[in-house]
Amino acid sequence: MFAFILARLLQAIPVLLVVAFISFAMFQFVGDPLVALLGQNFTAEEADRMRHTLGLDQPFLVQYVHFLGRVLQGDFGISYRLARPVGELLAERLPATVELSLTAAVLALLVGVPLGVLTGIKRNAVISRAMMVFSLIGVSLPTFLIGILLILFFAVQLGVLPSYGRGDIVHFSHWTTGFLTSSGRQAVILPAITLGMFQMTLILRLVRSEMLEVMRSDFIKFARARGLTSRAINFNHALSNTLVPVFTIVGLQLGMLIAFSIVTETVFQWPGMGLLLVQSIGNADIPVMSAYLLLIAVVFVTINLVVDLLYFAVDPRLRGGGK
Amino acid sequence: MALLEVSQLCVEFPTRRGTLRALDNISFGIEPGEILGVVGESGAGKSLTGSAIIGLLEPPGRVASGQIIFDGKRIDNLDQEAMRAIRGRHIGAIFQDPLTTLDPLMSVGKQLIETMQTHLKLSDRDAKARAIQWLEEVGIPAASERVFAYPHQFSGGMRQRVVIALALCAEPRLVIADEPTTALDVSIQAQIITLMRRLAADHGTSIMLVTHDMGVIAETCDRVAVMYAGRIVEIGPVENVVRSPQHPYTEGLMGSIPSLEARVARLRQIDGAMPRLNAIPQGCAFNPRCTKVMDRCREERPDLLPAGTTEAACFLVQGGAR
Ligand SMILES: Nc1ncnc2c1ncn2[C@@H]1O[C@H](COP(=O)(O)OP(=O)(O)OP(=O)(O)O)[C@@H](O)[C@H]1O
Ligand code: SF4
Ligand SMILES: [Mg+2]
Repeated sequence: MFAFILARLLQAIPVLLVVAFISFAMFQFVGDPLVALLGQNFTAEEADRMRHTLGLDQPFLVQYVHFLGRVLQGDFGISYRLARPVGELLAERLPATVELSLTAAVLALLVGVPLGVLTGIKRNAVISRAMMVFSLIGVSLPTFLIGILLILFFAVQLGVLPSYGRGDIVHFSHWTTGFLTSSGRQAVILPAITLGMFQMTLILRLVRSEMLEVMRSDFIKFARARGLTSRAINFNHALSNTLVPVFTIVGLQLGMLIAFSIVTETVFQWPGMGLLLVQSIGNADIPVMSAYLLLIAVVFVTINLVVDLLYFAVDPRLRGGGK
Repeated sequence: MALLEVSQLCVEFPTRRGTLRALDNISFGIEPGEILGVVGESGAGKSLTGSAIIGLLEPPGRVASGQIIFDGKRIDNLDQEAMRAIRGRHIGAIFQDPLTTLDPLMSVGKQLIETMQTHLKLSDRDAKARAIQWLEEVGIPAASERVFAYPHQFSGGMRQRVVIALALCAEPRLVIADEPTTALDVSIQAQIITLMRRLAADHGTSIMLVTHDMGVIAETCDRVAVMYAGRIVEIGPVENVVRSPQHPYTEGLMGSIPSLEARVARLRQIDGAMPRLNAIPQGCAFNPRCTKVMDRCREERPDLLPAGTTEAACFLVQGGAR
């Protein structure tokens, strides 16, 4: 178990190094940091001095190693646009994105899994067919369109839910939460539905097809031959076996939710990291972009690890114990 | 009175290009405590017969006509819930591949307990004690320590023993064993057959044993039914069918067995192949491959009638004409 975690962490290192290299390379090839820091008019001497202080006159690889050293200490540089440490900016925005993504994920799971089971068990019922058509719409409609439609209906027409922002938030040392105020809770509903819609329909379809697959397996046939009730077969045997493969996908989807919250955050002006990134791209704020890229890579690696650990908890075959 | 009485059973699959008749007028019985062997080439309808009896035909497959009577009561027309209560409790089943028959995520003890508690009124504690007893009875070493082990922690042969325990744990009077040893190592096959025979004798259980192994049939069964293209072509006491087969097809199958003691792992090949369901010839289904075919065989269908010391569906031998 410990060896497994260690092996996974070691495997993650090359991935992170490559991503770090890309985010480092952004500084080199996208825009000129001297222009960003000194403005348009500067002398050759000023430029040389600046290059020296920034270490830009050193060989490429040496610069990369220095960059890694700084990143490991949590130093992601200074935002060109806001002139504040990037680490600080991201830390400020992180809670908003995490809360939004988690709400979306929980929503997607709570709706997607039961509907998937239902359409899997009663695959010929009218309601199941209707659900499949609806899920096709959910998969194919672009996120921003879903967001705009929701705003149009619930915020503009009915006026029952806010269309932008995060509502009132409560501070806990480094964390901020909107879950504790009613305006915060209301504000998260539409963005969470928008962000979770794709994942929800994906989970629905995945659970359904896995369920159909498992229902055809020999052990379900044998469970029937043992005279178990359909209830026991569906829930004690089929569902648990369905959820094992579903776990991986859902775990990875959580990473996607955080990464792709960019569009939703833009539509709803949600003050998270995605919105920060969009604003930074508009201003060629390389340090923020590069740090965001790294952060997303770390999120994916972490989630992968957690999913693998969940497998251990769920699947006795992986827990070892020989014949 | 026979424990199981199947009469004129027909199973059909409606398809876009017409209805396929996969079982055609199958009739046979199984007495209490009897072991009936069922042999025949792949696709003959052996598994389908078992599925029809336990009411687990895969839709769109359905019983089109005929009757299945178990313990004096008709069971082919029961509703789903009534049939479910019979499965496991009165008629058990053992499948071919023990590696895929057990739920990989549930311990074997829990699967046993769940099966027993579905059919019998048992407290958790009694059910657990019985689960351990059953594991011991099927020969799992250290049963009380391994009762909550998962299927992957057992070898293939041990898993098939667990499957047998699961099939028998609610004390059914009939067990349908569909090629229970085909997926196992040759060295283990004999052990499993011996175990099944012992348990059947101890508990007075009848078995319908589907197998390709003529040696197993000869050693284990009381009677044997030979199937061909969805029909029973010969049925009778095992010695008679093996020693003096009446139907040319059975003769072909037995041709390579010199004596009851000799073991032949697979059915002998007969020239040609069994027809597909959509191309079963008129008259006797075996006529294109039969070396003794007559004109009549291509027109009329022979019924299963007493012939010599067995019953056979062949014009050559009927009415003791041999
Ligand atoms: N769902 C189905 N649709 C159409 N035909 C089917 C279906 N299921 C089974 N059959 C047909 O029914 C016939 C009997 O199949 P069955 O599985 O009973 O054969 P078997 O004698 O058990 O063969 P094997 O020795 O290979 O197990 C086969 O010809 C098969 O093609
Ligand atoms: S009925 Fe005719 S074709 Fe069929 S087995 Fe007998 S002899 Fe052969
Ligand atoms: Mg079969």
